Amino acid sequence: MAFTPHTDNDIVQMLKVIGANSIDDLFKEIPAEVRNKKDLKLEAPLSESEVLRELQRLANRNATPETHRSFLGGGTYNHFIPAVVDFLTSRSEFATAYTPYQSEISQGTLQAIFEFQTLICQITGMEAANASMYDGASACAEAALMAARLTRRKKILTSRALHPEYRETLATYCRFLEMELIDLSFNKNGETSLEDLQAHLDDQTAGVILGYPNFFGVIENIAPLAPLVHDQGAKLVVAVQEAASLGLIKAPGALGADIVIGEGQSFGIPPAFGGPHAGFFAVRQKDVRSIPGRLVGETVDQEGKRGYVLTLSTREQHIRREKATSNICSNHGLCALRATVYLSLLGKDGLRTVAVQNHSKAEYAKQQISAVDGFTLPFSAPTFNEFVIEAKEPVEQVMARLESNGILGGIPLQTFYPEMENHFLVCVTEQNSREDIDILVQTLGTSRT
Amino acid sequence: MEIPEELKFTEDHEWVLVEDDIVTVGITDFAQESLGDIVFVELPNVGAKVDAGKAFGVVESVKAVSDVYAPISGQVVEINEELPDAPEVINTSPYEDGWMVKIKVEDLADLDDLMDANAYQEFLENED
Amino acid sequence: MNEIGTRGLALNEKLIFEHSRTGRRGFSLPELDVPEASLPGELTRDEMDGLPEVSEVEVVRHFTRLSSWNYGVDSGFYPLGSCTMKYNPKVNETAAQKAGLALIHPYTPAALSQGAMEIIYKLEQMLGEISGFPAITVHPAAGAHGELTGMMVIRAFHEKQGNPRRKVLIPDTAHGTNPASAVLCGYEVVSISSDGYLAAEEVAAHMDDEVAALMITNPNTLGLFEKEIVEICAAVHAKGGLVYCDGANMNALLGVCKPADLGIDVMHFNLHKTFSTPHGGGGPGAGPVGVTKELEPFLPHPRIQLKKDHYAWDVNRPDAIGRLRAFHGNFGILVRAYTYIRMLGADGLRRTSEMAVLNANYIRARLEPHYHLPYKQRSLHEVVFSEQNLKGGCHTMDAAKRLIDYGFHPPTVYFPLVVKGAIMIEPTETETRESIDEFCDAMIQIAKESEENPALLKMAPVKTRTRRMDEALAARKPKLRWVKEEKKN
Repeated sequence: MAFTPHTDNDIVQMLKVIGANSIDDLFKEIPAEVRNKKDLKLEAPLSESEVLRELQRLANRNATPETHRSFLGGGTYNHFIPAVVDFLTSRSEFATAYTPYQSEISQGTLQAIFEFQTLICQITGMEAANASMYDGASACAEAALMAARLTRRKKILTSRALHPEYRETLATYCRFLEMELIDLSFNKNGETSLEDLQAHLDDQTAGVILGYPNFFGVIENIAPLAPLVHDQGAKLVVAVQEAASLGLIKAPGALGADIVIGEGQSFGIPPAFGGPHAGFFAVRQKDVRSIPGRLVGETVDQEGKRGYVLTLSTREQHIRREKATSNICSNHGLCALRATVYLSLLGKDGLRTVAVQNHSKAEYAKQQISAVDGFTLPFSAPTFNEFVIEAKEPVEQVMARLESNGILGGIPLQTFYPEMENHFLVCVTEQNSREDIDILVQTLGTSRT
Repeated sequence: MEIPEELKFTEDHEWVLVEDDIVTVGITDFAQESLGDIVFVELPNVGAKVDAGKAFGVVESVKAVSDVYAPISGQVVEINEELPDAPEVINTSPYEDGWMVKIKVEDLADLDDLMDANAYQEFLENED
Repeated sequence: MNEIGTRGLALNEKLIFEHSRTGRRGFSLPELDVPEASLPGELTRDEMDGLPEVSEVEVVRHFTRLSSWNYGVDSGFYPLGSCTMKYNPKVNETAAQKAGLALIHPYTPAALSQGAMEIIYKLEQMLGEISGFPAITVHPAAGAHGELTGMMVIRAFHEKQGNPRRKVLIPDTAHGTNPASAVLCGYEVVSISSDGYLAAEEVAAHMDDEVAALMITNPNTLGLFEKEIVEICAAVHAKGGLVYCDGANMNALLGVCKPADLGIDVMHFNLHKTFSTPHGGGGPGAGPVGVTKELEPFLPHPRIQLKKDHYAWDVNRPDAIGRLRAFHGNFGILVRAYTYIRMLGADGLRRTSEMAVLNANYIRARLEPHYHLPYKQRSLHEVVFSEQNLKGGCHTMDAAKRLIDYGFHPPTVYFPLVVKGAIMIEPTETETRESIDEFCDAMIQIAKESEENPALLKMAPVKTRTRRMDEALAARKPKLRWVKEEKKN
């Protein structure tokens, strides 16, 4: 089925108005020798019911929290999404609009983005936030570039405990820009090494990037690092891969961060195999002209009525072209809207409650698992809702045992950290009941053969 | 369009007022009108060296951005401190309150390359 | 004339923060079933200031009212040129919301994500067949992200050859993202002028051993097929350069011609334009990239391979540029595009382009007597007029605002930059003849009004809840967030 409404008669009449003999005539500027000689080789078209059956077949081949007890985190989280989020964000007026260029008929999108920017400032403790980025990883790369712009320096120090895919994204963005990237090691507590930071930090450093919580779930102790970074004139970039943590842990803005970026997926956005999610990007007011991406600002209309517009656009590619702060041209508007609705529903009380539940359940799981023979906690620093476990047996064997019992038990870490043989990352959210956790613990403890 | 007789002009639409070895620089009425409502101005620091033909500042409107080029080489001795907080002054008073910087000129002979009011008027007519 | 714009009842609505009352709640969670834990005090934040406390019904009314201030494709005709605002089939949404697709975690083991991997693999195959490129990556999150990916692939290829080269050629009609992406790859941008079409001679004159690539849009932003494209590609290749194509306008070419057959080396798709995924108020979309065989090794991670009877992640790709985001692409968008292509099939896709081109040419024929058409050549899926024929001192922006009063979303305005006061109209294939006629009638009426009563244009829009905004005020004193007013003592 094609979504084209014209009748044969419509087409005849329209061609007549155009003065063309045939549809083919309309394409005559395309040289015949490069036109397709054959039909595209695609599977036969499906009706709506057939295509839904096909998609159901594919959906059935995937494991999810509806088919398995899931303890997967690592940058994408299984949080509860209230029904209101799906209902409101499905509204066509939001979903089928484009970038709010014509402000008079886009006030819905614009005000919602203004609210999103405000919410991001509130939870990060920062002064200005943009209308969202693609995801946490690309936001992290853009933050490094912004730090370089602000300081006119090229050296970025990155914690090895920052999400490995954020680090990889950062490296790709920087590889053709003559930037120097230096890894900072993590210590035996699972925190970024202060000694290593001091060894590499100097007056050529543009920025220092830390995960908060980091990839191991560890809540980095940022407060003492910030003055060291600022003393060298560098920017402290804090990357929040699990935004639900901000309901409980200190706001990065209160700890001296200059740029706070992160992933908003935890705020009402489904995991969807890793995307689309919503990156957020928050800065100090004085640096707002260096921020990448769209910004919405408050103003008034001709009659003095409060309203919102895209603003400070001269930073962007459609005006400044090769001198723009970024090549980004869109945002993840509908995902940012999901986060806005979610945070509005939860409010300050709900966000705290979700965070406390995550932390409490993870602490319970941590204690229970570490009591099982053959499983230990390699890191001692405080964590939020995920933590690293080291197994005495091969991790593949552990995962296989869990999978055969309907459990997605965690993320093996050796892929990302070659030295972390038989380590895996376990995440517990408000979606995991005590029973889920107890079954995970029992299954881990079933005798190894 | 106002083009004061006592000023000199560049092809990039800056005006220059010469007083001994100090010149005052701003953008012309034509420039402010083409840009539209000016919303942001970036100026160099006092003491900065500027080179003829090189950008020393930026003016931005809602939908356009333009570098401002130094008409001559020299050192910035004063900047219009009012502008960053009231950039709209460039729209309302481009030749007076909207001045941008004062530069101490290295070589006064450089000024000979600039246009006088008549030449600038002609230049604008030919540009269209 | 049948006028569809009326003044409906539009409700005012405060900011969500201004509804807040201490103690109101809009959510519920199960009781905590484990002992409550706490963090050390120095890590724990105080109460969050300013976050709203509102009830569920307030949230629902708030966003429902906000939505009523928006105009979407589902509200009416949305001829925003270069953005392909076609109808977004609802079945796409139903498909993407299936639990097995919406709730799957990106780190689910491959054996337990075969359905998701099959969708990615098959979508890549289908996009390959449509475009002629032997390798596709669905990694990038948007068109501009795809451009960056594609240009990085080009740079990595040249580096592997021993010289990354210095320059990228970009015609003056290009989207602003093109130069911005090239610069992120460390290239210097050389702008080349075109007169409607880009001339192969002009390209050849700029080519030397330091040109890494030409970035071209085809059909270009004037809606014209670059008729010298084959010669242009040859001229670039002759000096060892590569040709990047911005695929924003692929909706004109489905089943008609394959960009790879034209000599193009790299192209990105916009699934939110050509393949009907919703624009979402500015995203998310997806920007898959197709490349020639020699460039495949440089595509970003991750890649999927079809083994005998299962799909696997290909991890051994030493020349890959790396990754430009986390995880496997905007999978939720990929599901929608997959659903769309499966429903249309080869015939449906071809008909899509044919009807998109028919509609654009019909609008052109109806409006040409009334609006100045700067480029007369046969156009494809969109047509660009200028403001030249507007009278009474009216500009493109005034006509655009007046269209709103008539009940239409305005076309793209002031782009491409080569046309003064450009009015860029892209109707897409999903509009009926009646809706297109209503739009044309309104455009013709507006041209007449500019002569007889220009104030109607300059005042417009008058039927919207808010009027034209003071953009200068917003930019001079940026207010980018709501701040709780200090309590008066």
